[in-house]
Amino acid sequence: MDLNMIWFLLVGVLIVGYAVLDGFDLGVGSLYYLLGKTEEEKRILINSVGPFWDGNEVWLLTGGGALFAAFPLVYASVFSGFYMAMMLVLLGLILRAVGIEFRNKFEAAEWRRRWDFLFFLGSFLPALLFGVAVGNVARGLPLDSSYNYTGGFLDLLNPYSLLLGLLGLSAFLMQGLTYILMKTEGVLQERAQNLFSKTWLAFVVLHILGAFYTYQVAPELFENYMRMPLLLLIPLVTFTGVVLARRAVSQDMYGLGFAGSSLAVAGMILTLALGMFPNLVPAADPGLSLTIYNAASSQLTLKAMLIIALTGVPIVLFYTIYVYRVFRGKVKLEQGGY
Amino acid sequence: MDAVILSRLQFGMTAFFHFLFPPLSIGLATIIAVIELLYWRTGKKVYDEMARFWFRLFAITFAVGVASGITMEFQFGTNWSQYSRFVGDIFGAPLAAEGVFAFFLESTFMGLLLFGRDRISKAMRFTASLFVALGSTLSAFWIIVANSWQQTPTGFKIEGGRAILTDFFGAVFNPSTVPRYLHTVTGAYITGAFFVIGISAYFLLKNGNVRIAKPSLKIALIFAFVAVLAQIVVGDLHARQVAVTQPAKLAAFEGMWETKTGAELNLIGIPDPNKEETRLSVGIPGMLSWLIYGDTTAEIKGLKQFSPDERPPVVATYWSYRIMLIMAGWLTLLALLGMYLLVKGKVYTNKLFLTSALYSMLIPLLTNEFGWFAAEIGRQPWIVQGLMKTSAAVSPVVPPIQILFSLIIFFVIYSGLAVAVVHLFRREVRRTLTENAVNEAMDTAGKVAVPTGISS
Repeated sequence: MDLNMIWFLLVGVLIVGYAVLDGFDLGVGSLYYLLGKTEEEKRILINSVGPFWDGNEVWLLTGGGALFAAFPLVYASVFSGFYMAMMLVLLGLILRAVGIEFRNKFEAAEWRRRWDFLFFLGSFLPALLFGVAVGNVARGLPLDSSYNYTGGFLDLLNPYSLLLGLLGLSAFLMQGLTYILMKTEGVLQERAQNLFSKTWLAFVVLHILGAFYTYQVAPELFENYMRMPLLLLIPLVTFTGVVLARRAVSQDMYGLGFAGSSLAVAGMILTLALGMFPNLVPAADPGLSLTIYNAASSQLTLKAMLIIALTGVPIVLFYTIYVYRVFRGKVKLEQGGY
Repeated sequence: MDAVILSRLQFGMTAFFHFLFPPLSIGLATIIAVIELLYWRTGKKVYDEMARFWFRLFAITFAVGVASGITMEFQFGTNWSQYSRFVGDIFGAPLAAEGVFAFFLESTFMGLLLFGRDRISKAMRFTASLFVALGSTLSAFWIIVANSWQQTPTGFKIEGGRAILTDFFGAVFNPSTVPRYLHTVTGAYITGAFFVIGISAYFLLKNGNVRIAKPSLKIALIFAFVAVLAQIVVGDLHARQVAVTQPAKLAAFEGMWETKTGAELNLIGIPDPNKEETRLSVGIPGMLSWLIYGDTTAEIKGLKQFSPDERPPVVATYWSYRIMLIMAGWLTLLALLGMYLLVKGKVYTNKLFLTSALYSMLIPLLTNEFGWFAAEIGRQPWIVQGLMKTSAAVSPVVPPIQILFSLIIFFVIYSGLAVAVVHLFRREVRRTLTENAVNEAMDTAGKVAVPTGISS
């Protein structure tokens, strides 16, 4: 286990953390109109993610920063290569942020309608595009000898990546729904129940389709598993999560339902990550792939970053859990809230 | 359509917009933390009202600061991939540290205050607001570390065409980090203070909500007074650092073409890069040498010492620096006047001061921006001083048309946000002006204020 491997895992942890946490924010936002029909219901939805979305988004910022710090060649190639897609994701995140924060500042219905739409759009765009980006990376990018992406924007909208985009979207929707089941009651909770079974099924079907399609398009992603079958424990985590989510929700054990969904999301991401290892950005020409070794920073930087991570992250987890606990239980609309 | 120019324009525009908000956030967050401390320790209701009001304004700036900040982190990769590859070993770490130590802290406790204010104790409210202030101030530290390394790179070696870290603390605490950090944060305190002063002045001029306007004005004035005086010291420290480590930049600040001993401190003039002279120049002889080295005969390098392709754009740098100084000077005078009036017990009724303060409210925002223009344009043509030119740093694979497209989108979205922010500020201020005016009037009439049901 060297520093490069450790950083592969740490970046993976940050990505999984982001997907599990901002996953539910983006899921709630994407389902905003389907779940919230009245003004009060919309307010409850906003209040359910309100205290957490910003902190959750920081997992992405820290993940991006860590990627830049540990594997700068990946950061440079992917962010510049996926230029328009990155800009769309960015646009989404900006709109989501101001949508939530500005929505309740005025009582006027027209004002709220406008920011509602931006909250929805700002949640839906990233929820879809993250999967598309991952799909493109997984199947292999055309890179030149300086690791620059040589494809175009439309090349990113290939069927495989679009499928993975839908898979990612279904994962976030499932995550958002199990969260809403935990945090709401009455009509909202019922609607979430109805949507959950459909979304869960979509996730399972898309995941299986994705696996088959991956075998067709990028069979090398299965090599690590064939070489070390013990790794199959990871997709087993996904399976466990999926089953747990379904059974827990049907028995109204919503905390476990959320846990199951989170496990499924985590397992899905880690399964792909371990399939790609040690590649970070597989290239169409395998000799030009970015790996955890050729794309990495110096050992000194990786070590310094590790110290930063080991000191900082436990503190973050501590106060994050504290704040989540302050808001435990069902969402209550307060005078001072949104 | 050139990728370099478009990417520079986009970065400049997005950085300009972004930097309207963090200084306001840092300054305002600190003032709010002080108010929450006062509420916790004294229990006086007026401090609760003040904290809630200023926090409502703060929430608006914080949200836009966050939203526009993500753009900056992404942009190093999207538009400046050659730069990212070259400096990633050193530049990426402060950004990651910013996330781990600062962003999590401010965002998490911000969520607590925004939605859970009434669920937590007074002590916790203070702690949370302190952590928001601390988080934003720490965030400034790490990003300044990164930007300072661009200005005065140390603690590295060049290997395989990339800058490689050799000394972590040497890179973090490069020669310009501390002066620039202190300068920026002091500027942030000035920004927050004048914002509070301006709005409090508005209330006092309109004779509304005097109950929260007076103590707010007092606290902010004390902040402003200390900060402007500190800024004189810190600004001087920073300028001396620039003179030693970035002599071309200083020469551009001063419009100084010839290397001189006993160099004059330029007050005003018209730099002419074509003729390599500054016309109609007025200055204080020997003053620049004295300020920088404590010796009126010391030598200061002029622009001609550097080859033309390694000089910054002189006109833009010169005027940015000067405009920053003029604005800073005005703010200093205003803060001193305000403090004088406060001590004399006349500040709450002095119409001249209050009106001046109201109209000066947004000047610190511009002062910060012109300072950054001077700093960043003054560093050109380098993106990392002495190591990499800006023109070599852009992403080679992004078609200029895509950059133009994103540039336009940012312009449109940010303009919309700016309008929304101003709209929200005005509404919040006007609402608080009238809401409590009703309560105050009823108080003075001897009646108990009827709860209006309007959330505060």
